Formats: sequence, structure tokens, C-alpha cells
Amino acid sequence: MGFFLETVLGGLMVGMLYALVALGFVLIYKASGVFNFAQGAMVLFGALAMARFSEWLPRWFGFDSALVANLAAFVVAVLVMVAVAWLVERLALRRLVNQEGITLLMATLGISYFLDGAGQLLFGSATYKIDIGMPKDPLMVLDGVFPGGLLVNQEDLYAALAAALLVATLTLFFQKTRTGRALRAVADDHQAAQSVGIPLQRIWVIVWAIGGFVALVAGVIWGSKLGVQFSISLVALKAFPVVILGGLTSVPGAIVGGLLIGVGEKLAEIYVGPMVGGGIENWFAYVLALMFLLVRPQGLFGDKIIDRV
Amino acid sequence: MFHRKFALTAALAAAGMAAFIAPAPAQAQAAEQFVPLLVYRTGQFAPLGIPWADGKQDYLKLVNARDGGVNGVKLAFEECETAYDAAKGVECYERLKGKGTGASGFDTQSTGITFAVTDKAFADKVPVVTPGYGLSQSVDGTVFQWNFPLLGTYWTAADVMVQDIAKKEKGNLKGKKIALVYHDSPYGKEPIPLLQKRAAADGFELSLFPVTPPGVEQKSTWLQIRQQRPDYVLFWSAGVMTPAGIREAQASGYPREKIYAIWWAGSDHDVKDLGAGAKGYNAITIHNSAAMDKVHEELKKHVYDKGQGTGAAGSVGSLAHTRGMMISMLQVEGIRVAQERFGKGKTLTPEQVRWGMENLDLNADRLKALGFGQIMRPVKTTCANHMGNDWARIVQWNGSKWDMKSDWYQADQKHILPLVQELSAKYAKDKNITPRSCS
Amino acid sequence: MFYRENGQYKTSYGADLALFPVVQDRWAMLALALAAFVAIPLLASNYAFHAVLIPFSILAMAAIGLNVLVGYCGQISLGTGAFMAVGAYAAFNLQARIDGMPLLLALLGGGAAATLCGVLFGIPSLRIRGLYLAVATLAAQFFVDWFTNRVAWVTNDSASGSVSVGTLSMFGYALETPAQKYLLCAALLAVAAVLARNLARGAIGREWMAMRDMDVAASVIGIRPVHAKLTAFAVSSFIVGVAGALWGFVHLGSWEPAAFGIDKSLQLLFMIIIGGLGSIAGSFFGAAFIVLLPLLLNHVPHWFGLPLSTATAAHLEHMIFGALIVFFLVVEPHGLARLWATGRQKLRLWPFPH
Repeated sequence: MGFFLETVLGGLMVGMLYALVALGFVLIYKASGVFNFAQGAMVLFGALAMARFSEWLPRWFGFDSALVANLAAFVVAVLVMVAVAWLVERLALRRLVNQEGITLLMATLGISYFLDGAGQLLFGSATYKIDIGMPKDPLMVLDGVFPGGLLVNQEDLYAALAAALLVATLTLFFQKTRTGRALRAVADDHQAAQSVGIPLQRIWVIVWAIGGFVALVAGVIWGSKLGVQFSISLVALKAFPVVILGGLTSVPGAIVGGLLIGVGEKLAEIYVGPMVGGGIENWFAYVLALMFLLVRPQGLFGDKIIDRV
Repeated sequence: MFHRKFALTAALAAAGMAAFIAPAPAQAQAAEQFVPLLVYRTGQFAPLGIPWADGKQDYLKLVNARDGGVNGVKLAFEECETAYDAAKGVECYERLKGKGTGASGFDTQSTGITFAVTDKAFADKVPVVTPGYGLSQSVDGTVFQWNFPLLGTYWTAADVMVQDIAKKEKGNLKGKKIALVYHDSPYGKEPIPLLQKRAAADGFELSLFPVTPPGVEQKSTWLQIRQQRPDYVLFWSAGVMTPAGIREAQASGYPREKIYAIWWAGSDHDVKDLGAGAKGYNAITIHNSAAMDKVHEELKKHVYDKGQGTGAAGSVGSLAHTRGMMISMLQVEGIRVAQERFGKGKTLTPEQVRWGMENLDLNADRLKALGFGQIMRPVKTTCANHMGNDWARIVQWNGSKWDMKSDWYQADQKHILPLVQELSAKYAKDKNITPRSCS
Repeated sequence: MFYRENGQYKTSYGADLALFPVVQDRWAMLALALAAFVAIPLLASNYAFHAVLIPFSILAMAAIGLNVLVGYCGQISLGTGAFMAVGAYAAFNLQARIDGMPLLLALLGGGAAATLCGVLFGIPSLRIRGLYLAVATLAAQFFVDWFTNRVAWVTNDSASGSVSVGTLSMFGYALETPAQKYLLCAALLAVAAVLARNLARGAIGREWMAMRDMDVAASVIGIRPVHAKLTAFAVSSFIVGVAGALWGFVHLGSWEPAAFGIDKSLQLLFMIIIGGLGSIAGSFFGAAFIVLLPLLLNHVPHWFGLPLSTATAAHLEHMIFGALIVFFLVVEPHGLARLWATGRQKLRLWPFPH
């Protein structure tokens, strides 16, 4: 029983981390109608920027404090992601207005290749370290109830809390600020938003910048957990089932989807996996999402798909 | 607008046609021996591939700078990026096999690419040099005329690991649990046949935990390990999977002292960033750990001090870099031995270099003269034994560097030899190869 | 002036419905066929065969298969690599387990197995559409990745999980030289192209295109969605499966499951987008583009004498690849085929402007 709870807890926390990556997808899809295949590459780019600048800034400016290095690197990384967002909007999105979904998808795929190459060219392909002071050793709780206690991964716990905080901040941003309202208007209907004077192109830059910021936070958290290397962009492949299970247009859907996928895949791997030889995590997440889709084709919380014939 | 689009497309098409019709520019001039360098500096294995490739190239540069080549024949080399992809590896192989007087030998750096290239090497008559990896059954030189898995294979590695574990358990492995956490690919699966044989013979329980590449997400694997509590974990990983695994092991509380990693998962770049978190992590190595020997000093003097070094000066001396240098050294010595037979100071065909690789005899004195005296043990290949002598030892990370933890082991051929013979006979039957006689 | 239909009268329905109604087109196709089957085998170098022509013919075939599904029927699929893998492993099993199995039958058997797999994974398309379907097909991709890695009988109980095929021979002739292997691929490519083109021109093709454009309206007028979508998956998977078998047998010779991973699926999708969705000629253009571009990017620095490290070259290749994709999508979203078609239109009027 104790182990089962450990698995569920572990799954929930890893699910939050997936949801963090999925959040970027949802935000960008909601506001600009583009399924951003490049989200994984953006996570990688942000993580690389953070890792390398936290190494380079102390060397260039000669200070010692790790805290200052991390903060400064984070600020620089945010600026880098904003620049990326601006470039993407200017060079790609603006010229692909009104194209079909698949064209936009392929364009983001092209952007993802570009960012992969550019990130590794600028920052390198070896493994780099992000050290934001996360505790690495496990925490044992509930010693009294279960013999030996339940294992809780402290780093994952802090990461899940950070993700929750980010979601709360974004929700406040969307509900309470003017820009947030403008973003929701654009997500609802591009043309109507334009007609009331909302500058569509600037909104897209803002949306991609926020998507980039979310990618950066996800990159820092995953990078701190695993080390930053090219393969971190493949975490996005885990976020796809989260997004389609939760619904492409829903932020709470991304969270709920993340939790479901996280728990589902861990339970499957540990309890069903050994019967078939193991390694089923990857495809199980997708099959789980597929099962949900067969029942609700728009995802759990997604907008209902209305066809006008 | 249309004309602009059309003109651009036509220009690209013309360039494309020119690329494939034009012959590759000849770069190896006369009196140069060509060594192709298949590398992966990008992709999921880049952290391992970069120092390895640097090491390979650095040694060739050293031989050229310090000795003027092999008996006056300079070594020409060209890197080709494979990103551990079999199709790219095949393309690199095809492009480089005929360069100069022919490729001296292909170190494919990948078990998957080795499989693809081995079949072609038979037809193209080019040596495939795979020290410490590749097809474990290619030790048998009577069938695998062109493959050279020098110094050790995954079977010898697995055997030595079990020997060291048996030593820790005072010789009795009965009832113990050993888990294999492996990269789910031919590379990771190689040791399984041998481990199963040894488990049956020694009485320990073997459990298998495949990790889907690239191995970034290993939480379920290590949660299962926590549940089953094996006494030891053998870790067959590479690239980013290694630090990810060690971190998960730390986060799930599995003692790192009980982890034994294969040589590709036991280099400095794997554990440097983890520091104390990886303290106690064991790895097996086919050469001494970061021992700096005369060859490193000479490298610094002749190559790095002149600004010709391939990688960062700081990576010289790391395990993967040293291993790369060792692999190049074996290739160069193969060329040297072949020159003794076929003509000193002449360029050689791949077939001639193959003969050289088959007749390597590096004793302790020779290794000392080469500057590898403290790094390697002597190795001697024969017609039937393309591996030479396999020596391996266990090293342990103490938080800041690798410590020598054991003496030199040799694999116990009791289990390995029958397996080699069985699988190489199967290969010969499948491919209609008549094993040659080695008299 | 030279390329026009003036004076070409059709005197039978058959002639009117011919694949290439314009006589100049037929001459051009004949010249192309001669070049492909006679000139190239005689003139091309071994390296050109191994690095360019064989991959091009196999990938063009796979692109045609994918185009049937995505371009003609509008079902976005990211699981093509999986179907190629199924084709390759099925063909391998047929050849390894049945003595004396003819090569062609093994290849077609691989295609048949891929068809079954494709229809199975195509069933969700009846309920899920668009981007959701694209991500759902990734389930097929990852499942087959795992299946070929884990299940021993797929690889004929190979301990390492890697499989290889012996020398190929067809009708008693051994296929040893690259030219012979190329001819096999080119022949199968021609068959697949004609097959796909004719299917697309027929009733089934019109059903597919109706499904692509407006599936609800199509089902209202009586086109059965099940029939249309599943036949698209079936035909597409068959062609892709045979291409996969060729990729394993002819190009790689010995392969592991990673050879058919998600990178392959994305590569094929790139080919048909750049080449042009819904166009057979587009599949050819796209395949040529994707095969030649990396080689070009690798060779150009050598020509200019720039000493680029392999890592830099690889990263630049990625960047240029990505940038070119975006560039093409911006400049001509309908792909190279549209450029070609417009060019032909202009050629019909040449030298007059309109």
C-alpha cells in the first residue's frame, strides 16, 4: 500500500512537471491558434541560456555569489526568450496569417529545428548544470503510518509548487490585467478583437513571450532535475498527450491532464510493465489520451468542435 | 513574384544536382594514410561523443606532430557526424571508405552503426575497429575477419562486474538480486545473454529494466528498483541517460555504491555536475582511470601548446578523452605493424591494415615507449582472437575524481567462449560465410 | 509555343482519360524514364547510388504513400515511421522464417502487414480529427517502437534486437551492385506512383478529397466516412510498408528499431509539405529536397574551403533546414509542386504573357 501511494505521489508530481510544459502549448494555441511544435525546442533554448549564462556571467563580471549569478542569468534568459518570441512573430507568424492548421504546424516544426540547431551552436551540446539550490535527497514522510515512511522526491515537490504558483500567477494575469483581457479577446475571435482596436501582432509577440517564459521556467526546473542537454527538448513529446487529453484550449485542462497522465503512466509502468517486459511508459501515455479522446474528441476541457457545413 | 520563387527553386535544384554529380574533392594527397573518424558531436549521446572524438583526433595530430606520421607517412583524417543514427553512419561509411588509399579502419562509436557497417565491410574489405563495444561475438576472427572488438566487449564487461560483485559477497552469489538498467537498444541489450547464463550458473536473480531512449525520464525505473531492492544495479547507459539515472537513484535513495556502470557511463562528464551526489558510483574501465601518463604530457607539448588541440584543454585526461586516444593509438599501431610487413614508409590498403590489426603485439615495454604504460595492459591479437587480452578494473567516483577500486580482472571465458562460438556460427550460417582457418 | 495542346484531338474516351493526355508530357515522361532506368545506372557513381539515388527512390515512395493519407484524404499522420517499421520487420520475418521466400513476395508481405496495422491505427480517425488525430497517431509510432524492441519473435529472437538480411536476389539474379538495387527501388517507385495517381483520379480518390475538404458535407451526400478514411489508411500504409521494407533490406541492410523512429515520420511529413500536399509530383520534389539538402550543406563548406567542425556543420544544417522550411511555407505554402504547375502553365503560353 505504501509503495502504491509513493507511485501515485511520484506520478502526480511528475504530472505537474509535464503540465508545466503543456501550459506553453495551451497558451500559444489559445491566443494565436498555432499548435507550437517548437515548445520543446524553446524549453531547451531557455534551459541552455540559463545554464550557460549562470556560468558565463560570473566569469565575465567577476562576482562569486551563486544567487546573484542565478538571478542575473534568469533575467538574461527571459530577455533572450522575449527576443526569440519577437523574431518568431516577425519573421514567421506574420507572413503565415490565415494559413491552414497543418501549414502553421509545419512552420513551428521548422522553427523547432532552427532553435535546436541555434541553441546548440550558441551554447554547446554537452551536458550543463543548473543549480538553483533544489534539495536532491529524498524526504521520508508518514514514518508512523508506513514502515520506513513514504518516499517523496523533494525536488519534484518544490517543482510542483513552482508550477502551481506559475499557473496561479498566469490566471491572475489573464483575469485582472488589461493585457490579459486583450489576450482572452484574441483567443476568442481574432477578427472581432482586431475590430475593437486590439493590436493583433503585438498581442502575438506577448503571447509567444509568455509561452517562452513558461518554457524557460519548465526548462530551469527540468534542467535542475536532469541536467541540460539536447534531449530535454524531447520532454515536449511527453507533454503532447497531456495537451490533447486536457483539451488544446484549456489551462485547467493542462493541469488535470498532466496529473492524469503522470499517475496513469507511472502506475502502468510499475504494475503492468513487468508483465510485458517493461518500457511501456511512453506509448501508454498516448494510448491513455487516445482512449479519452474517443469518448470526448475535444479533450476533457477543450472547446467543443463545431462544424459548420 | 513567381519568377523570383521559380528562380530560387531552380538555383537550389541546380546546386543539388551539382552536389551529387560532382565527385567529392580529393583531400588525401600522396604518401598519406587516411583514417576516417565517425563521431557524434550532436544528439543524445553528444556528452560522451565529444570528448571521445576529441581524443581520437588529438592522438592522430600528436603522431603527425611528434613523429611526422608513421615512418614518415602522415595521417590524414576526416570527421563525419553520425548523431548515432544508422542511416547517417552508413552514408558516412560510403563516403569515406574509399578516400585516399582506402580507409584504415572504422571506429563507428555505435553498436547500431556497427551492425549496419559489418555486413558492408565484408564486401568492401575494410576493417571495423570497435574497442569495448560492437558485436560481442565478433571476437571470433575466423568468421568476423574484418571486425576488431579490441580490449573487451560487453560480455567481458558484464562478466568482470559479476566477478567484482562476487568478491564483495565473499564468493557466494546464490539468492542475490542483480538488476540490469539498460538503454533500450542493441547497445543496452548486448550483455543480457551473458548475464542470463551467469545467473543460471551462479544462482543469482537477474531482473531487467529497459529505459526508453533517450532515458530522460527514469522515475518509474528507479521506483521499481526501490520496491524490489536489488542488491546491485548494473547500469548500461550512455549520454544524458547516465546523469538522469544517477539523479533519480539519489532521489529515490538507492545507494550509489551498489551501482556498477559500463565504461561508456563512467566518464567525468557523467558525474562532474553531480559531484557529491554521485559519490560511491562504480564504473568499469578497460584502462586506468584518469591516470595521466607520458602521452598526455606529449599531447600538451606538441599539440595543445601550439594551439592545435581539438577540444578544450580541460577535457584532456578525462576518461572518455583518454579512451579516444587509446583507440587511435591501436589504429596507428595496426598501421605500423602492417607497414613492417608490407613496406615501411608506404601507404597501405585497408586489407593490409587489417593484417596489421590482426597481428598487434603491444607488450608492456612498447606501451611504456608509446606513453601508455600506466594506462593500459598489454594486448596481443591473433587470427582467431580479434579482441586480444581483455583487462578491466573497477573505479569509483569519490565526489571529485575517480579512484582505483580494484585490481585488474580478466573475464572468465567459461561462459563467454561458448556464447561467442554459438553466435558467430549462427552469423556465419545466416550470411553464408565459410569460417577461415587460422593455422 | 512548344508545349501546347493545340491540334491534339482525342478520338476515344480512353485517350481522353489517359494519364498524360498532352503528347509533350508523354515524351517528357519517356525521357525521364530512360534517364532513370538506363542513363543513371550507367553513369552514376557508387557513392551517388548509396547516398542519393537509393534513399531518394525509397523515400519518394514513402512520401507518395503519406501523401495519399495526408494530402488526398486530409488525415494528418505522425506515425509513418511506425508503418515503415512494420513493413520492414514483417518482410524480414517472412524472409527469415520461410525458406526460399522470393524477395518481391517478402516486400509485398511487409506491405500487407503494414496495411493491417494502418487500418487498425486508423480507426480512431473516425472519431478524432485534425491536430488531435496527429497526436493520436504518435501513439502508433511509440507503440511500434516499443513492440519491435521488446517482442522477441519480431526480430526472430535476435539477442541484440538488431536484424539483418543476407544478399538479396530476385528471379535468380543476385542484387549485388548498387545499380541493381537502385533499379529495384526505382521500378517499385514507378509502380507505386502510377498506382497512387490512378487511385487519386478515380472514384476512391474523389471520396478521399471530399473527406479532406468537408467531411460532414461528404457524409451527408452519401460518401461513407468509414470506407473513405480506412481505405486511405490502407493504401497509404501499404505503400509506406513496402517502402519501409525496401529501406531496411536495400538501404540499411541491417537495422535496429531506432531506424524508424519519430525522426523518420517528421522527415516524411516535411517532404510532402515542402513538395506539395495532394500531388504525386510533389512527393518526388519533396523527397529530392530532403535527401539532397543535408549533403549539400555538408559539401558546400568544403568547396569554399571553410574549415567547419562537424558539430558546427551539423548545427548549421539544422538551422538552415528549419529556416528553409519556414521560408518555403511563407513563400509557397502549396509546395514545390505548385511552383512546378505554375511553371508549366506559363510554359503553355510562352512566349506570350497571357
